[in-house]
Amino acid sequence: MSDARTDILAAVKAATPGTDDEARQRLADHRAGVIPARGRLGDKARVDLFIREAERVNATVARASSMAGVPREVARFLAKNNLPMNLKIAPDISGKTIPWTEQTLLSVEEGRADGSETAGVSRAFAGVAETGTLVLLSGPGNPTTLSFLPPTHVVVVAASEIAGDYEQIWGRLRAENADEESEAGARFMPRNVNWITGPSRTADIEQTLLLGAHGPQRLHIVIVDE
Amino acid sequence: MESTAGTFKENAKQALADAKLRDALAKLSDGFPVKRRDAVARLPEFDDLCDQATAIKEHVLENLGFYLEAFEARVTEAGGTVHWCRSAAEARTTILRICKQAGAKTVTKSKSMISEEIAINEHLETHDVEPVETDLGEYIIQLRHEPPSHIIAPAIHLTKDQIADTFREKHSHLDAARNLEEPETLLEEARGELRRKFIAADVGLTGANMLVAETGSIVLVTNEGNADLTYSLPKTHIAIASLEKIVPTLEDATTILRVLARSATGQDMSVYTTFCTGPKRAQDLDGPEDFHVVLLDNGRTKMLGTEFHDMLRCIRCGACLNHCPIYKAVGGHAYGWVYSGPMGAVLIPNLIGLDEAHHLPNASTLCGKCEEVCPMRIPLPRMLRSWRKKQFEQEKTSFVSRTALKAWAALARRPWLYRLAVAAPIAVLALLGREKGRFRWLPLGGGWTSLRDMPAPEGGTFISRWHKERQP
Repeated sequence: MSDARTDILAAVKAATPGTDDEARQRLADHRAGVIPARGRLGDKARVDLFIREAERVNATVARASSMAGVPREVARFLAKNNLPMNLKIAPDISGKTIPWTEQTLLSVEEGRADGSETAGVSRAFAGVAETGTLVLLSGPGNPTTLSFLPPTHVVVVAASEIAGDYEQIWGRLRAENADEESEAGARFMPRNVNWITGPSRTADIEQTLLLGAHGPQRLHIVIVDE
Repeated sequence: MESTAGTFKENAKQALADAKLRDALAKLSDGFPVKRRDAVARLPEFDDLCDQATAIKEHVLENLGFYLEAFEARVTEAGGTVHWCRSAAEARTTILRICKQAGAKTVTKSKSMISEEIAINEHLETHDVEPVETDLGEYIIQLRHEPPSHIIAPAIHLTKDQIADTFREKHSHLDAARNLEEPETLLEEARGELRRKFIAADVGLTGANMLVAETGSIVLVTNEGNADLTYSLPKTHIAIASLEKIVPTLEDATTILRVLARSATGQDMSVYTTFCTGPKRAQDLDGPEDFHVVLLDNGRTKMLGTEFHDMLRCIRCGACLNHCPIYKAVGGHAYGWVYSGPMGAVLIPNLIGLDEAHHLPNASTLCGKCEEVCPMRIPLPRMLRSWRKKQFEQEKTSFVSRTALKAWAALARRPWLYRLAVAAPIAVLALLGREKGRFRWLPLGGGWTSLRDMPAPEGGTFISRWHKERQP
């Protein structure tokens, strides 16, 4: 019995007309398709669209004028929703970047989530105005579990990182994360790229919309203007 | 899974007599189709995006071999492993082997139609590995030992009372007095149960909405976040996908994502869209240490280049189910196998054979709505007709219907005979029915008159009126 890989590839190649050149070129070009016009806006209007779209999918949004203002916004959000003042934060936004200790009511710990936390705080790589989507990259400074295990998820994103469409984010990721040692040129991808559009939801019971299915019930976005 | 497609007629009759099922399905018409229409109206570029998404998948199918090899190379570079499987049996063996190597007792699963296709749950159970479905709908039907009745809303056939009864029966270790009356409390119950399973799991098994050849990434789309807990907590992540799920680049994946959720649930974007590439990196604080992709053929390569080739563009959004008058009347279980609705009626005979699934291509009014709403422009009615034609050619239809069709063809080819055959009965019926204007009973017309009256014909045939009224 020949092996499955050989068999499948032989069957596929016998049935398909393609020459590899066109496909190879397509991978090298990674050209964008139709990009909806709605994200193509000036800086202020783009951030406004991001906020409108994020709120449409049940996220809440606050703005801080600088990273130093983030702890106050987070504390205010927790207090308003009557939530415990405990945070598990991504190492990327530790005390070196954001002065958490200035808010004395907040108790802050760094690391990944294990399911015992009440709120996680992550740093987004970008925002996408088109649908109010956050883009998070996994890495030592940004554990994925913070986005999914705690019932409340807070995400910090800079206004300047909010793009009109997803394609701009792929461009940025390729440019900023390129690994020069890799010939394949595909090593810019971290283990996970997470697009997050609103808090977790389900409509599996009689098509009734419910928030907080497995992931967080609340998604709070703090936009830093800088 | 075991097929009951062969008894579609009986299944459909039972479904139509099931009052609870009718209640559950009645909610479908005001749900997904309305939300889809609104989402499409909000995006002027939607049609252009569908054309492009269609072209992307067509290009992939033409170059499938190249893209499969490119995808495999990228997965391997990133530290993952690709397992090629020709059949459901090979895929089951491969997955069980990986689970055993990982020493797995519990496997959490996020929704995957391919995993239903290969019936992995039964296989794991018989080898002492516990599979736990984590999508809320899938979890409910797993407790009930039922197959999904819809590709994106697997428990759409159930009412909340039925779900409450299921939880009371299966979660018997919990307080009997707890409130399970509302969807909120049912969700809370399931969430609590599944949290423990997520954290205890040794292996996470997901599907994949797409495979990206450029980067070796798999794309996972959910609203609940269950796929993300499935791959990020256990030590091993297995993704299973059929091989036509390939797209060339991240940009191509993005184009398809723009039409997927809009067509499926009417959301602009699902809540969680995740691109997973390889296992966790050395310094990462979480994520799986092992990453496997199980690439399954199971009949796909046989469809390439045939009249069912276009079906391989399907992205499993479920729009054709949500708009199908037959699906909305009988629900998904009547179709008797993993898939249902128009896409199921085309795909199932390809995968399990026309003999078993011979009723399904006939379970359609050919109204054309499925093709109209399909974001991948799949000509579903044409393919349903192809199956019907094959059935007729292979003499798999009944003697009565073949004879009737032949008689009709004989008439239709001889206009003078056709006119005579139509005009004579019309004249007789018009004469008999001229007083009441309707018939409560007609010979050979019992199928119609048992439920409603037949109106008496007036004014002759269409052609005779056409001749009369065209005169100046």
